[in-house]
This record gives sequence, C-alpha cells and structure tokens, in this order.
Amino acid sequence: MFTSTMFASILPEVLILVLGMLVLIVEPFWKEEKRRNVGWLTAGGLFVAMIISLLFGQPGEPTSTLGGMIRFDWLGFFFKMLFMFAAAATALLLMDNDKVGHRGEAYLLLLASLLGMNLMAVSSDLVMLYLAIETTSIPLYILSGFMLNDEKSTEAGFKYLLFGALTSTIMLYGFSLVFGFTGTTNLYQLTDMFKTGDLPLVTALGTMALILVGLGFKVSIVPFHFWAPDVYEGAPTPVAGFLSTASKAAGFAVLLRLFFVAFSGFAVSWTAVLAVLAAITMTVGNLLALPQTNIKRLLAFSSVAHAGYAMIGVVAYSKAHQEWSQLGAASVIFYLAAYIATNLLAFGIVMAFSKVTGLEDVKDYSGMSRRSPWLGLMMLAAFLSLTGMPPFGGFVAKVFVFAAGVQAGYVWLVIVGILNSIIGVYYYLNVLKYVYLYRMPNQDEENHPIPLTRPYAIALVVLAVGVILIGTVFAPWFSWSNAAALNLF
Amino acid sequence: MNFPVLSVITFTPMVAALIILMLPAQRKNEARGVALAAATFALILSFWVYLTYDQSAAGYQFIEKYNWLPALGISLHFGVDGISAPLVLLTGVVMFTGVLISWGDDDKHVMAGIQDRPREFFAFLFLLAGGVFGVFVSLDLFMLFFFYEIAVFPMYLLIAIWGWIQTREYAAMKLTLYLFIGSVVSLVGVLAMYWLQYKNTGVLSFDMILMENAGFSQTFQNIWFLPVFLGFAVLGGIWPFHNWSPDGHVAAPTAVSMFHAGVLMKLGAFAALRVGIMLLPQGAHTWSWLIMLFAGVAVVYGAYIAFVQEDMKYMIGFSSVSHMGLVMLGMSTLNRNGIMGAGIQMFSHGVMTALFFAITGMIYDRSHTRQIPELGGMSKIMPFATIGFIIGGLVSMGMPFFSGFVAEFPIFMGVWEVQWLVAVIASISIVITAAYIMRNIRQVFFGAMPEKLEGHITDVTVLDKVAITTLCLFMIVIGLFPSFMVPLIETGVENVLRLLGGS
Repeated sequence: MFTSTMFASILPEVLILVLGMLVLIVEPFWKEEKRRNVGWLTAGGLFVAMIISLLFGQPGEPTSTLGGMIRFDWLGFFFKMLFMFAAAATALLLMDNDKVGHRGEAYLLLLASLLGMNLMAVSSDLVMLYLAIETTSIPLYILSGFMLNDEKSTEAGFKYLLFGALTSTIMLYGFSLVFGFTGTTNLYQLTDMFKTGDLPLVTALGTMALILVGLGFKVSIVPFHFWAPDVYEGAPTPVAGFLSTASKAAGFAVLLRLFFVAFSGFAVSWTAVLAVLAAITMTVGNLLALPQTNIKRLLAFSSVAHAGYAMIGVVAYSKAHQEWSQLGAASVIFYLAAYIATNLLAFGIVMAFSKVTGLEDVKDYSGMSRRSPWLGLMMLAAFLSLTGMPPFGGFVAKVFVFAAGVQAGYVWLVIVGILNSIIGVYYYLNVLKYVYLYRMPNQDEENHPIPLTRPYAIALVVLAVGVILIGTVFAPWFSWSNAAALNLF
Repeated sequence: MNFPVLSVITFTPMVAALIILMLPAQRKNEARGVALAAATFALILSFWVYLTYDQSAAGYQFIEKYNWLPALGISLHFGVDGISAPLVLLTGVVMFTGVLISWGDDDKHVMAGIQDRPREFFAFLFLLAGGVFGVFVSLDLFMLFFFYEIAVFPMYLLIAIWGWIQTREYAAMKLTLYLFIGSVVSLVGVLAMYWLQYKNTGVLSFDMILMENAGFSQTFQNIWFLPVFLGFAVLGGIWPFHNWSPDGHVAAPTAVSMFHAGVLMKLGAFAALRVGIMLLPQGAHTWSWLIMLFAGVAVVYGAYIAFVQEDMKYMIGFSSVSHMGLVMLGMSTLNRNGIMGAGIQMFSHGVMTALFFAITGMIYDRSHTRQIPELGGMSKIMPFATIGFIIGGLVSMGMPFFSGFVAEFPIFMGVWEVQWLVAVIASISIVITAAYIMRNIRQVFFGAMPEKLEGHITDVTVLDKVAITTLCLFMIVIGLFPSFMVPLIETGVENVLRLLGGS
C-alpha cells in the first residue's frame, strides 16, 4: 500500500527528480549561448520545490516509512531544506562559470547529488544509507573534475574519486560487520542490539572506527581531510563551495543519526574518541590555514577547522542527561545552518572575484573594497562570520556549540575550541586586511571595478542577508534546529 | 508601555551606519551629516536618560524586555542603574565629539579628519558605538557578550584602515587578539555560570538580575572569578595585560583614539564590575588583593612610563593605563568610597582622555609630528585648544574643582580603608602625572615654536571648538557641582554593596 505519508516523506526527492528530468528535456532545445539559463531553471525549480515541500511535506510525529528505509521526521526535513537552499545558491553561482555553467549536465549532476544528500538525511537503514552516500558522491566526483582541459580540475576529480572510493569501501565493511553482529540493518533496531553486554567493547569500537572513516571523509575531519584542499583548489569554485557546505552537512546528518541513535549504547566510548578527533581537527585545520596563500586552500582548511567546532556539539552527547544532549544536537544543526550560509557566501565571492580577475591568491584581493565596496562588505560579513563575530551567524553558532560543550562537562574541549578561534581571528582578519587596507599596486582601483552579473548579485545578497539574519534573529532558526534535534531521542 | 528609549539609543547608531552605507561613495558630506545627526540624537536621548533617572527609586530603570530566544533564556533585556547611566551619557558625548573631530575639511595644509572613504569610516565607528551602548544597557549576559564583540571587531578595521601608517597593522592585530582572547576567556566563565545557575535553581536564563541570586558556591566563585574578571579587564587596560592599549591609541585615527580610550576601556572595566564583581561577589572578596596589586602596579607604572614618553600619543596612552588602574584600584577595595570613586573616574577619565586625544589629533594634523621635543608655541596659534588641554591636564592631575578630584579622592579614601600602604604608593602617581602633564604643556604649548613649523600651523576649526567646549564643560560642571553625578552613582554603588555584603 502506498500511503500519502509515504509520498510526503519523499516529496522533495520526487520534485528534485522531476526537476532533473525537466532540465534534461529542456536543455537541448536551448541554443548554445542560452544554455546558462538552465541555472535559472534549476534554482527557480528548487525554490518552488522548497515551497511545495514546506506546504505539503512537513513531517508530523516521527514515522518509519517505505519498508523501514526512510525515517520521516524534522531532523531529515530541516536538513533537506538546507541542502536544497545550498544547491539553489550553487546553481546560481555556477551559471557564470564559463567552463561549467553552459552545460546542462552540470546542473543535472548537482541535482543528482542533492537527491543523494536528501536521502542521506532521512535514511534509517544501513543499506539505504550506503546507497544515498554513493548517490551523493559519484556526481560530485564528476563535478569536481568537470573542467576537462584543466589539469588541476582533473586532478581534483580523480583524487576525490580515489579517496572517496577507498573510504566508502572501508565504511561498507563496517556496515557489514554491524549487520553480522546484530542481524539487522535498521538504525532504530540497532539502538537496542548494538550495546554493551551484547558486544565486546573492542569489537564495537573497531566497527565504529571503520564507519567513522567513511563519514570522516565526508565531513573532512582530521586525519581524513587530505583531499579537501587539493579538491577545493582544483574543482570549479561553486562546486567547492557546495562540497564544503552541503556535502559536509550531509555527513553530519548521518553522523548524528548513526551515533546518537544506532550507537547510543556505546556513547561513553565514542564521545571520548570524537572529542579527541574534534580537538585535533580544529587545531590542524587552523594551523594549516595560517600559511595558505591561495584563498580556496585557506577556505578549505578553515572548513576542516569548522568541522571540528561543529563536532563539539556532537561530543556533548551524554546518555544520562537527555535534555542536555538535545542542546548538543541542536547546536550542531544550528552551526551547520549558519556555516552553510557563511561558507557559500565566501565561495560565492571568491567565484565572483575570480570571474572578473581570474585570480585566486589572497594578495590579489588588495584594494577589493575600493574596487567594489559592496562586495568588500559581503566579504567582511562572510569572514567575520567565519571568525565568529556578531552580528553574523558564526558568533551565535559558536556560542551555542561552546555552551553545549561546557554543559556536558567538556570544558577542556571548549578551551581548545576557543584557542582555535583565536588562531582563526588572525588569518581571517589577515584576508580582510588585503581587502580593506592594501591598494592595488600602481593602479587606480576606481578603474578596475568588479561588476556582478545578476545571478551572483541575487545569490550573494540572499546569502549575506541570511548570514546576518541567523546572527541576529536567531530564535526561529534555533527552534527549528531544536525540533530537529528532538527527533533524535 | 513607555517609550523604549534604551533600545532607541542602542540601535540609532546601527541604523545610522546602515543609512550611511547606502549613500553613494562620493557624497562625503551627506555621510558626515547623517553621522552628526545620529550622534546628536543619541546624545540628547542619553542626556535625557541621565537626567530623568529617578535617584530616589534607584535600581534598574527604563527597563525593556523582549524575549529573544526563550528556549535558552536569552532576552533583549535593557535597563540602566546609577553606574551605567553616566557611562551611557559618556558614550553619547564621545560619539558626538568624535564625529565633529572627524569631519575633515578640504584644507590643503591640514590633513584633518577623515578624507579617505568617510562613508565606511562612520559606518564602522557607529557600529562600534551601537555595540558600546548595548553593553552598558544590557541586563542579559548573552546580549552583553553579543554587543561586547560588536564593539571590539570594528576597532580592527578602523585602526588598520585609517590609522597611522607606520604601526597600524601591527597595532590593530595586537589589539584584536588581546581583546578577543580576553573576551572568550570570560565567555567560558559566563557559560559555566549559566549552567551552574540552571543546576542550582532550575532556571535557564542569561538574565543578570536572576543570576545575582543563583547561589554560586564559594569554590565555584573562587575558580571562575579571575578568568571572568581579568578577561574583561583586559579591555580595561589592566596591568599586565595593558600592552595592546598604548599601541592601539597611537595607531588609531583621532576619533577612534577618543572612542578607544574614552569609552572602550570603560567597557572592559564596567563589564568586569557587572559580571565579575556583582555576579561572583565572594570570588571578588577572595581575589581582591590580587586585583589591587595589579591595579596598584598599573597606576604607578603607567604614570612612570608615560613620563618618559616623547610621543604625545604614547604619553596619553600610558596615562590612560594609569588612570584606568585607578578605576580598577577603586573596584578592588570593594567598599563604598572605592567603587563610587571608580564610577566617577570612569566618566571623568573618559571625557578627559577624549579631550586629550582630540587636541593631540588637531596638533598632529597640522604639524605632522607628535614628538614633544619637536613641538612648541602652539598657544599663540591655537589658544582655544591650549585652554582645553590645560583643563584636561588639571583634571588628570586631580585638581580640586575639576572632575578628576571628585573621582580620585574617594578612590584613595577607599584604598586607605583597606590597605594604607597601597594608597601611599599609588598616590606617587599623582606627582608623576603632574610632572609629565606640566612638562607637556610647557613644551608643546608655551615653548618656542620650531622654525620648520612656522607658518604651517593654523587655528582649530569651529567644529573642533564645539567639541572641546562640550568636553570641558562636563569636567568643570562635575568638579564644581559633584552633586551632578555623585548621588546618582551612589545609588548604583548601593546595589553593588548589597551583593558584596553577604559574606
């Protein structure tokens, strides 16, 4: 029996699929020079799909649908909306990328990967989860290497593919062990079966470690972060932005569901392991970001560091105090929402800047605020939000994550996080120094404006307003994050 | 519901910043005009708050409360008491005079004010001002932090972009890192307080009035008092974390120096009092000796270092360390006289140092040097500024009939009650202060004018005079009529003493 709940639970995915087919059908009918309009179609279509999903696809009580494969709850729904928003922004940013934006396949691949991410957020079965992760990854491998004549892009695609294939097989091995030990692949049944007493601790930790390799690759925590800088540098910039935001958030969605639900029996052990990983991730990411001269590599390492900050909220899980752990989960989700808007903004600006100038080094941003004051201000918003300064989203997000950490008794981890934020202040402000302080060598900046095409203007303004809204009117965002987090328990 | 005057004061500069940003870049005078209008508006409102504060009722007044994030107990909760009302007024005064000073005319010889991108300058400056107002009026710890950070980061841009070209990058980064480290250290303490309150009382709230009764244990207070107090006190320029401050003063453009020394350092001292001493009073009793030690060193050491400076801005920068040391010294006494003196000193020093930096800026704009030995004879050309500087100097030395005396006398009385030796040692600073101020006045204003300056120096503008007059007026009025401010601050001190009295 196919019920309306079943349909509602995959409504966004159905709409994305329809949109994908529409893109395929429409694209050949447009002339070569008009192909970039597919980007309008994709972004507009996603916007409509979000509205339809919000109107008709809202979940009620958490239910398991489609043969236990899909969990229909707020956690998944909130993440889906985030991913679709990120994909719409990415589609707009792709449009004026000369090597990518004129080919309809790019948008189709984006949608395919989005479909996978949406399913990652709602999978409640290991089989479904694995399929979703692969559906997300494979289109992204192609997109990263999309610029065939560009050596760096090809390298990025290939590197991403090799790393991804390796880690996902390791993760699959972990999944198979879980099934072997417990006899079930359903995450919610695993809660009761995968726990101390039934299973030796070493075995359980080993299995979780194998799975963590795959997820660690997705969210780029140390030591599975090596791909990030090279891939971000080589991949088309909007794709790098998408990788560093939506793809990472999808990894976190899975991480939350797997560890908070399926592996909650071993919470004491894995929180300790993840706490150490979070500390290492932040520190390594920030320290390696310090010497970077290429802005995309800098953002890559900064995104590694941000995975570490978000991880503090995951670590704040403690079995004894459910309402406390709920704040931890809510703070992770809030953090990701703020981070998605912020980092997409940052990558969008990098894209807009390099489209006009063709340059990607930090020093090339000299005089940018004189060349284009508004772009400079948006850069200010993005980087200060990454630093964690109010009134931008990054500040509130960081405070919530730290608050959750202190509450769960991880004061040392919060202190590590704070020390890292201080390192962050240095290199983020350093970029702003180029933007605001330094002048273009021997040039009059007034004669070198940075014009924004319409898709960029729309995407960047929406993202900048989003960053400020999340940072000032944070109540609605937090209550949604909280509602999503509640569904984990 | 009454007119929400505090939120209007807080958000006026921020809205003005947005409006200024919307103006086209070449319309410099419109940007300045909007800035002046907003500053005047904020000054009038803050004056109104100051005058209509009901001293007989005391406590927190003009209270506004809007739930911001009920799930975590965050609210936009504004209110002023006897200690913060003068500081709100101070911010209004400094903001108003700061805009006047930065106006910038298009004279060929005078590089006065802000010529380069005034639009961005005023926008960032006003964002900072909004943050400062927000800290002084917030009764919610989360929002206090929120505004505190807003007040800190524009400093980086203001100094790095419009500062003195030789040290601005270094000084701006140093300042930002110091202040950021200080604030996040306090943040951890604040979060710890927040959760302990929840554990003790079951109330999830950042409300500071509730937190006063959270029943923090003695051990907890002993552990967290120092991080919280010192974290904020970094911005108050407490020794040994004062190093960022003189460097920042020197590198900053005039109006930013005025804000920095006049208001921002008060922000640190105020937050240290409000969060550190008032919420962790027993911790304050335990550690007051250490704060007194640090502050005592700051007072004497700052004055001595100021004495040996040749650069006028460094001199005033270190004198700020010394005077802010007096504020901290007053707070560390934990008695009525000391805290009241600290409250008055915050206002008095804010106005005085803003005046010093303003006049130093005027001199530098015209002579292009701040080296005291290279200057001279300014009194002939700018008599108005000379009188202003002398009045400021008298305040600095703590002369009777000026606000400095009204502030410093109670501080020394309070310190004497606790430890007479500290009072004796700290009073050495008064002598040193008198020495460097008089040396400076003699050399810069009355010495012979060096030949190379002859003919280049012009008098200060009308706007500058308005600014100088405004600032001097406050110092004289408080000196002559202490009742203008003392009873008001006393009501605030009463509340602090009530919290401290429990042990």
